Amino acid sequence: MAVLLDSARLVVQAGRGQSQKAVLLRKLAGKVTFGALVLVLMAPTLFIFFWMVSLSLKNQLDNTAYPPVFLPRRFELENYVQVFRQNPFLRYTINSIIVATGSTALSLLFGAPAAYGIAKWKHHRISLLILVARLVPGMSYLIPWFIMVRTFGLSGSHLALILTHTVVGMPVVVWILISFFEDVHPELEEAALVDGCGPFGSFFRIALPLTLPGLAVSGILAFIFSWNNFMFSVVLAGPYTRTLPVAAFNMLSFESVNWGPLAAAALVITLPVLVLTLFVQRYLVAGLGAGGVKG
Amino acid sequence: MTAIGKLKWSNIRALGGLAERHAHLFFVIPPVLVMFALIGFPLIYTLHMSLQDWDVGRLPQFTGLGNYVEAVSMTRFREAVLRTLYYAVLAVVVPTLLGLVGALVFAQQFRGRGVLRTVFILPWMATPVALALIWQMMFHPTLGVLNYLLSLVGLPPSLWVYSGSTVIPTLVMVETWHNTPFVMLIILGGLAALPVDIFEAATVDGAHAIQKFRYVTLPLLWPHIMVAMLLRSIDALKAFDTIYILTEGGPARASETINLYLYLHAFAYYRIGYSSAVVVLFFILLVGASLLLIRLRRSTAWQYY
Repeated sequence: MAVLLDSARLVVQAGRGQSQKAVLLRKLAGKVTFGALVLVLMAPTLFIFFWMVSLSLKNQLDNTAYPPVFLPRRFELENYVQVFRQNPFLRYTINSIIVATGSTALSLLFGAPAAYGIAKWKHHRISLLILVARLVPGMSYLIPWFIMVRTFGLSGSHLALILTHTVVGMPVVVWILISFFEDVHPELEEAALVDGCGPFGSFFRIALPLTLPGLAVSGILAFIFSWNNFMFSVVLAGPYTRTLPVAAFNMLSFESVNWGPLAAAALVITLPVLVLTLFVQRYLVAGLGAGGVKG
Repeated sequence: MTAIGKLKWSNIRALGGLAERHAHLFFVIPPVLVMFALIGFPLIYTLHMSLQDWDVGRLPQFTGLGNYVEAVSMTRFREAVLRTLYYAVLAVVVPTLLGLVGALVFAQQFRGRGVLRTVFILPWMATPVALALIWQMMFHPTLGVLNYLLSLVGLPPSLWVYSGSTVIPTLVMVETWHNTPFVMLIILGGLAALPVDIFEAATVDGAHAIQKFRYVTLPLLWPHIMVAMLLRSIDALKAFDTIYILTEGGPARASETINLYLYLHAFAYYRIGYSSAVVVLFFILLVGASLLLIRLRRSTAWQYY
């Protein structure tokens, strides 16, 4: 009897041991597959950014070698020097900063009160306008703007660019700030009203200070979208108001064989955006579920 | 005198009260006016111009629906419309599928998730024009690194953007790289909002991973996927930057989408009246596509709620 029980226990133990092994194996296989999946998802991005850096640090000989030279043999900054020496690249950088800052300021100036009004008084029909703004093809206002810029001689100033970039930035600001303003506790504002603040006072003294992170996030995004904008700038910018993306496009047609400086220019243009993204990525991950933002 | 003073004072007070009660208008009206001035007015002006026979350098002449008739009867325009739809369908479906996979991956806990997720998002923010320069160099038929990588795995070289048959899939590939993170983020937000107890119930009922995904996760995510697809469709139909930089609509118009067609007619041929009519048709197409997707979303929603 005891022997029987013992052998039964042994069988059970053996079975358990095997199943444990199988579970372990399955877990390992799962982990390997998952790792491979992560690798496949990440590989294009990692490679393209690596290749951009690699091209920008190699000389023309290495850049056009076949098979390609992957790791730069030594780090040459010659390409970067060339970008700034051969083009008025500094001028274009300043143009981009002026236009992006101006349109971000305008977007916040008009967008923040709008978001507050929509969040507080539930004007949700107006938020539908944001979708419409996204729907309207840019060409539909580019043609009238183009004619206006020509008739009023605005092509030498940054104003036309700032105003058109605001069309992209303001919906982004409104869209993001609505949820931030909705999170402001109504009791705080009621307290402010009791203390004698009007609706404007409670906006400026309570709601705005409490949504500083939201203002920062939406401002950064508006800045990025203006910085990246190509279509409006290529039509409306004059020779002295050219922004970086337009300058990059012109470089492509003049220096299409000179890969090092092209890659260096690409990196210089997109690096500020990548750095700014690091500041907003946490919000993007947490807050985008509510809807899309890109204009 | 005092009566007038009193009257005025009460008027001002009344006005002040009015301002208090309608304060929301002060917040909402200026932005609406700005948006109207920047978008609405040009749109109306476009409608007006679309009825004129007008090229830059000539005086506008009323032509009624002449521009519309011309556009619809032009083979080049009709081809551009079909090409845009082909491009958009690919540029919606592929990023949506990859974005779904990405969201499911980044919803798991694993080491290095935060850093990898940040890197994964970067292409969505990166300046399209700047990255197009890099793609251009990678696509080089003889010296490009992509053909070298293909040769490493034993595949024949591709002509990428330099051949009419591969140009659209290649452009879709670039667009997918830029926009998969956007879809991923929206679906990830949806995953984070899923109720946990439903999954516990499914586990208790003995559902395995694939069944859980098919019958629980996917149906609950469907609204988020549809939002992502709606926004992606609008952006894909309006795609311009990458296409213009990499091909300018070529080779031999093989990648000339409506936006490229428009750009050329407006700012290279200066056909203001005609391109305004094309803009209006393009806008109708965008609205139609959005309404279709919104309807689709409503008609799929009932099965799950």
